[in-house]
Parts: sequence; C-alpha cells; structure tokens
Amino acid sequence: MALDNSYLQYPERSYGMDHNRYDWSMLAQRKPVQWPNGKKLAVWVNVGLQQFPLDQKGVPFKVPGGMTMPYPDLRHFSLRDYGNRVGLYRFLKAFDKYGVKPTFAINTELAEQNPYLLDVILKREDELMCHGWNMDSLHFGGQEQAAEAELVTKSVQRLREISGQAIRGWISPAKNQSENTPELLKANGIDFHCDWVNDDMPYAFNTNNGSMWSMPLSTELSDQFVLMNNLHSEQSYVEQIIDATSMLAAEADSQGGRILALQIHPWLLGQPHRIAKLEQVLAHLAARDDVWFAHASEILDCYTKQQ
Amino acid sequence: MKSNPEYYDYWPYQNRPKITWPGGAKVAFWVAPNIEFYELNPPKNPHRAAWPQPNPAVPGYSIRDYGNRVGHIRQMELLEKYGIRGSISLSTALCDHHPEIIEMCSERDWEFFSHGIYNTRYTYGMSEQQERDMIKDSMETIYRSTGQKCAGYLAPALSHSDHTIDLFAEVGSELFGNDAGIYTCDLFHDDQPTNIHTRSNKRFVSIPYSLEMNDTIAFVVNKIEPRRYGQMLKDNFDRLYQEGEESGTVMCIPTHNYQVSCPHRIKAFEEALDYITSHDDVWVATGREIAEYYRDNYFDMMKADIDDRVLSLNTKGAK
Repeated sequence: MALDNSYLQYPERSYGMDHNRYDWSMLAQRKPVQWPNGKKLAVWVNVGLQQFPLDQKGVPFKVPGGMTMPYPDLRHFSLRDYGNRVGLYRFLKAFDKYGVKPTFAINTELAEQNPYLLDVILKREDELMCHGWNMDSLHFGGQEQAAEAELVTKSVQRLREISGQAIRGWISPAKNQSENTPELLKANGIDFHCDWVNDDMPYAFNTNNGSMWSMPLSTELSDQFVLMNNLHSEQSYVEQIIDATSMLAAEADSQGGRILALQIHPWLLGQPHRIAKLEQVLAHLAARDDVWFAHASEILDCYTKQQ
Repeated sequence: MKSNPEYYDYWPYQNRPKITWPGGAKVAFWVAPNIEFYELNPPKNPHRAAWPQPNPAVPGYSIRDYGNRVGHIRQMELLEKYGIRGSISLSTALCDHHPEIIEMCSERDWEFFSHGIYNTRYTYGMSEQQERDMIKDSMETIYRSTGQKCAGYLAPALSHSDHTIDLFAEVGSELFGNDAGIYTCDLFHDDQPTNIHTRSNKRFVSIPYSLEMNDTIAFVVNKIEPRRYGQMLKDNFDRLYQEGEESGTVMCIPTHNYQVSCPHRIKAFEEALDYITSHDDVWVATGREIAEYYRDNYFDMMKADIDDRVLSLNTKGAK
C-alpha cells in the first residue's frame, strides 16, 4: 500500500526554520563580537561530573556511557565513578598548572551525595552548571509534563541550595530534551542551555516563558564522542582540538571572537593513559596569546553585552 | 523485487576506449556539497525512522542545522579559494527555508541538482505516481529558484524505489527536454561515467559520486579520523590521476556542511583540496559538465565498445 498523500505535503515549507525555537541566521553574517583584551578565542572547558545509577531504567533510551550489562553492571558503574574519585583530581592539577578556568556541569544527585566533592569545586570559585538530576533521569519527547517539571525544579533548586551559586546554565543528560524542557528551564531561572549543537556562538532561544540563550557546546569535539563513539586515538583527539583551535582563531580574524568549547569527562580523559593528552591540549592553548580561558557565564555575559 | 537492478552492463575496467577530458586532463574532479534540510518532526515513514528519539530529537536535528547556519559559508569560501564550483545536492525545500544560501551559490555559478524535497522524506513506500510528483516538485523548485534545468539526481537520504532512475529521466524530459535529467549519483559501480539503461532509452549516465569519499560515510559510518580522511582523499586522487593517463577518470568528494565544515575537520579537507588542485592535468568541473561532455563525446563510443566486447559474448553463449 502506498504512503498516505499527506507524506507529500509540507506544511512547514516556508522561510526560516520549521519550528519557532529560534530565528534562522547565518553565523558569518552576524555582527562580530570582541573578547576582553583583544583575545580571539574564548576557551570554555566544560567538565561533566556525572552519576550513572546502577539500577538504570533506560527510559526512553539507555544514556550513552551508561550501564550496558545485566544488573548489576559493576564494571560500568565503578568505571564511571572512577572519574569523580580519581580522574577529577588529575583534571584539577592540570587546570591549575595551565591556568584554565573550568566550568563544572554536575548532576545534582552527585553533588548532594558527595559534599566533599562539591566543596572542592566551590572552594575553587569555578562555575557550576546543572546537568540534570542524574544520567538516567532523561528529558524526552512525550514525557509527562508534571513529572518533568518536578525533575527540573528539583535538579536546579536543590543545586542552588547546596552550592549557594546562582546556577545559570543547564545541560540535559544525553543533551536530549522534551518539547517542554526549554519552558521549564526558563521558569526555573536558567539563563542558558547547551543541548542544541547548531552554532559556534550563543544565540537567542525562544520559550513560552520568555527568551533564553543557547550556548555552543560541541558534541563532535567532546572526549566522549571522539574517543568512545568514534574510537579515535588519543593522539587524534589532540590533533582535532589543535586543528579546531587554529581554524577558529583564523576565522576570528575576519569575523570576530570565537568560542572553543571542550566538553570533557574525568572518567574518560582522567585515566592514566589519557591525562597527558589533556595536558598536551591545555599546554597548547595556554601557550597561545590569543586565548581567553573563561567560565561559560562570563563568555555569555561578554557576548550579550554587545548585542 | 529484482536480484539485480540491471541499470548497466558489465564493462571491464581494462581496454576501454580512452577518455580525454577537456584540456587533456586526466581526472575530472568535482565536489558535491549536500545542502540539506532535515525536518524536526517529519511525518512517519513505516520503512525508516527519521530520528532515533521521540520529537524533538535535539542531537541529530541540531548538528544538521549547524551545517546551514555555520558550515555552509565556511565550505563555500574554501571551495572558492581553490577555484571549485560546487555541484549542490539540494534538499529543494531549502529554496523556501534558506533562500540566502541559494542566492550566494547562484551568484557563484554553482550547479544545483535534486536531492528530493527534504532529507527526512524517504522514497520507501511511495507509489510510482507519488515518487514522480515528488521528483517533479523538486526539479520545478530548482528551476523556479535558480533558472537551472536540473541535470542530476541523488535520491533523498539515498532512499530508492525500483523506478527512481527511470522516473527522474522521464520527468526531466517532460519538463525541460532531453538535456535535463541526464545523470544519476545513486550508483557506485565505477570510476568513470557509464551508460545507464532507462525505460525511456534516454542518453542517460551515471557520474561517479564516491560513497567512500563521502564525508558522512567516512566520519559517521566508518568513523575515520579527520586527518586520515584528508590523507584518503589524497590517496584516492593519486591513483585516479595515475590511471587517468590511460583513460580519464572521475574523482568526486561528496560533502556535508555539518561534517567537513566543523572546525576540527576543515583543515585536513583544505589540505586535500590544495593538493588536488595543484596538479596540472585536473579538470575542475561540475557534475553536469562531466555528464554533458561524456554524453557528447563518449556515450556512443562506449555503447559500441560494450556491445562489441561484452554483449557479443552473451549472444554467443546463448547460442
């Protein structure tokens, strides 16, 4: 039987996007922005601090990086936990050595259950972003609205309470959203989210509760995508970031400041055989005189002041 | 269903009549940027899901949108730097959504060929009439937006029916005459253009559009590291250039603005373009130019060669 003729009808076929979340706009045609002190490249190092529950529900899908074996999948549970116990402290040493200002996207449940870890981050005066409740608490199309509203509120408000920070940014677990996630984030006072990987610069994102910002946190360049999804070598990870750095800095010459966003995870790059590669990347960036290491909110504020 | 699509005859790569490209070139080189529009919430096709997650499938949708917002101008300027006019495999709804992109490519005299309406509307399950209507809509849209009489076709998301190539050839002739709708990019059987059988017996050809050099296949399916992709492009070129001495070959790089234009990939791509275009005997062309040149100069010669060397043996065998 042939398809219904509606399959050849195109109700959204008109100027701009096929939805109302943001306006159609080409990066190269926007007004250039300037970073402080004439720097070309804002470097946003975003560390995912994640809790993967052993009793993963996997609704509506198994989160990438989560449990894959029958219960109890101790290998994946403990290997992810390794990042928060061991890998993170290797990261912190490296950040301090190279003068990096990291931003930490944390699952609120992890922050709540590990006051020592939270305290370490808070003492550094680095920025915390909310990364949802835990890695198995997904946001997805068709999710019951009240349940998602409770999940967002609990995740954001509880993190504010225990950290004392404003908590302006959000990354969904698996960077997946429901139809309502942006409205719920805005209603909870979130200024920016990082799930939509469609730009290299911030842009205005519409919600029914008012406008917020989308910040460009590349998935393609994340350690998880390069090393775990693509199975590229650690050396290739370094090369990809170095190539991206020189490309974006060159583009900044004619188009204004650019952002290099590195999404990294201590359970991956914090391993003994990988940490030197992260250090190599950070050393490369720190040696450039056109790099501005900054927290996510600092970059966004600098950008929005020029709009 | 058939066990063999029977679009072309067996035609061995040895002892073919010699092809010489314009200017005595050994390789006809073309770059085919896919400029696509993926819908956030397309209607369901029972044979293939557009996205792995329920709507909104933010990860897949947003990186493809990156191609149009960010990647397009990057790649366009790069191709321009190396004197390459793109042959665009176009989701033709993009003429409505993003006319700015169409305009800037038109200004540069790029070719537009049909890649369906949206890359989230699959051919699977369409009746012959539905597929004909879809193809016609896409070719008319290109004509309306650019004045070009569409020469080539790459089925949307490489989704085909048994009639796809026949329908494209027929609709091209109906709309614009026998010089439109003349080539397909859907077949990967050769490194030279080849004659294709259609039910309308049109002078119709397949132009090599390499799946192996396609950036999405390389990066997403084969998970190739970006610098290795650049090396593969150079290696692919080296061999086709060498063999082109014997008889002209075709090299194609099919690209996507959400893949090769990403900051960590475009440098290796540029190095390959620089390498390829620095050779003397390269004809930097478009898909249409290659198809037309082959049709005008070699189509009949190659048909005779296939008849003499290959099909005559079949007749003997049958006797």
